[in-house]
Amino acid sequence: MCGIVGLHLRDPELYPRLGRLLETMLRQVVERGPDSAGVAVYGDRRRCPRGHAAVSVLLGSAGGAPVDGEGTDPARAGLEAAVRAALPGSPELLVTAAGATTVVAAPVDVDTLVDAVRRAVPSALVVGSGRDLTVYKGIGDPVALAATYDLANAQGWQGLAHTRMATESAVNPEGCHPYAVGPDQCLVHNGSFANHATIRRELAAEGVRFDSENDSEVGARFVAAQLAQGADLDKALRLLCERFDGFYTLLVTSDDGFAVVRDAIACKPAIIAETPAWVAMASEFRALADLPGIDTARIYEPEPERVYAWRR
Amino acid sequence: MAPLSEEARARRSHATYGYEAGARGRRGEAETPSGGEAEVLSEPATVLAPAGTAERTVTFDLGVTTVRALNSELHAPTATSYEVLRPQGAHAIAAGVHAPLTIDVRGHAGYYCAGMNDGGLITVQGNVGTGVAENMMSGVVRVRGDASQSAGATAHGGLLVIEGSASMRCGISMKGVDIVVGGDIGPMSAFMAQAGRLVVCGDAGDGLGDSIYEARIYVRGTVAGLGADCVEKDLRAEHRAELAELLTAAGIDPVGEYAPERFRRYGSARRLYHFAAGNSAAY
Repeated sequence: MCGIVGLHLRDPELYPRLGRLLETMLRQVVERGPDSAGVAVYGDRRRCPRGHAAVSVLLGSAGGAPVDGEGTDPARAGLEAAVRAALPGSPELLVTAAGATTVVAAPVDVDTLVDAVRRAVPSALVVGSGRDLTVYKGIGDPVALAATYDLANAQGWQGLAHTRMATESAVNPEGCHPYAVGPDQCLVHNGSFANHATIRRELAAEGVRFDSENDSEVGARFVAAQLAQGADLDKALRLLCERFDGFYTLLVTSDDGFAVVRDAIACKPAIIAETPAWVAMASEFRALADLPGIDTARIYEPEPERVYAWRR
Repeated sequence: MAPLSEEARARRSHATYGYEAGARGRRGEAETPSGGEAEVLSEPATVLAPAGTAERTVTFDLGVTTVRALNSELHAPTATSYEVLRPQGAHAIAAGVHAPLTIDVRGHAGYYCAGMNDGGLITVQGNVGTGVAENMMSGVVRVRGDASQSAGATAHGGLLVIEGSASMRCGISMKGVDIVVGGDIGPMSAFMAQAGRLVVCGDAGDGLGDSIYEARIYVRGTVAGLGADCVEKDLRAEHRAELAELLTAAGIDPVGEYAPERFRRYGSARRLYHFAAGNSAAY
């Protein structure tokens, strides 16, 4: 069991409230996944100013000592200077500490920043990157984690959160969702893939690298590979349904999209609500109950193996 | 769907499906009283109230109090009528009711709403999550909106009315309950159904009645596909009669668009009752 919530805003007047709405939704799925929580926010200019790229990283090697939220960790202290030195022209960086996650933003392109972070701090694990996307991961109580992410004050046009009850791999920050393995892409998963090891081997043979033992990462890498080959979210998820066995409700987001799909048996829950101001998806209705305008929303459950996709 | 029942109709359903009729939802015993509506309706509501309880409506606001407090009261009731405000999708609202209480839930409920109901007349003015009225024994549960998956799962008796649509696995392993759905039902409904009746005024999803034992299924619209060992059967006079009763109990006039003749009947071919080597692929 895991919990998923996602919110795609259509009405720009709601952008300043994205974090508050998402945090309220997250609180309702804590019971579904009390061991860790991850969040993705699109368009939070506090942390990724316009014209910048942002890279979200977990510092320290996998499974290493937890990092406190105040940025006093030596790896974090050295990060800024090292990344800056690794970037052409040594631009000013914006570095934000948020629990176990550090977000680094710079006025360069995404690949350049990712490459600089990897060279500057080889032990750092990149958990998200993009022109719009910031990702936060950590283990422990989801509500406490959301506070370390300062989720309630986040702004933006789209976001999602995942509460994890681990079944397929260890409880550690890198096993935490979302999996953001392509630029401005995110995937969160409730369920378990049955044939992920086979697909992992196939992707690895094609040169794809993995950051965790998590089955959901395989789904994210598969989707990223499809998107890189020119598929849109709808097509990528239809291909995923053909290739993956097991149980899944997935919420997948991109730099302009928001999509939901469930497996053929569809025993993992999902509910969608839509108004002219937003599209929301959650594991359970209670996560949607406090959204503005829910009383007049169109509320429905996604059907098995049908891709529901929205574009900005 | 057709105009739905007034309180009077609900009470009549209650008399049919609740303690008073002694039916406890078992098939063949849940006849509508032959005296008709007037006789049943003339029963004062207090007949339904356990001795010593006051006839008043007690309100629980789940924005203020907990589901546990609500359910504790419902398990040792001090009234016969309850109203639940701001349910906000909470789980297990009015689960385990075992007295003929009238409970009105004013909003959307979460998982297992009215689970194990035994005699309650429970109405949800909204949608419900997974497993509404799961394992119901008797009583009436009415959902004015849509139901999520596994509505009425394993229920032994009583009447579950879903005025909207129900998603996957509606009536899974039903064991005697009557379920009437105003809209559609999702795939894999009535899976391994053992007894009871499922009436669908809309369409049914794929795999209807897979591995069914003995329940009777009536569908007015299309069936995307029948599951293993589920077949269409003749709609005979006795089936039209029971269909009219079920629709009436649910508050739907069994005339015109909703006339029993508009429905088709499905049930077990009984080919999976005993193991046969030739059927091994179907298990």
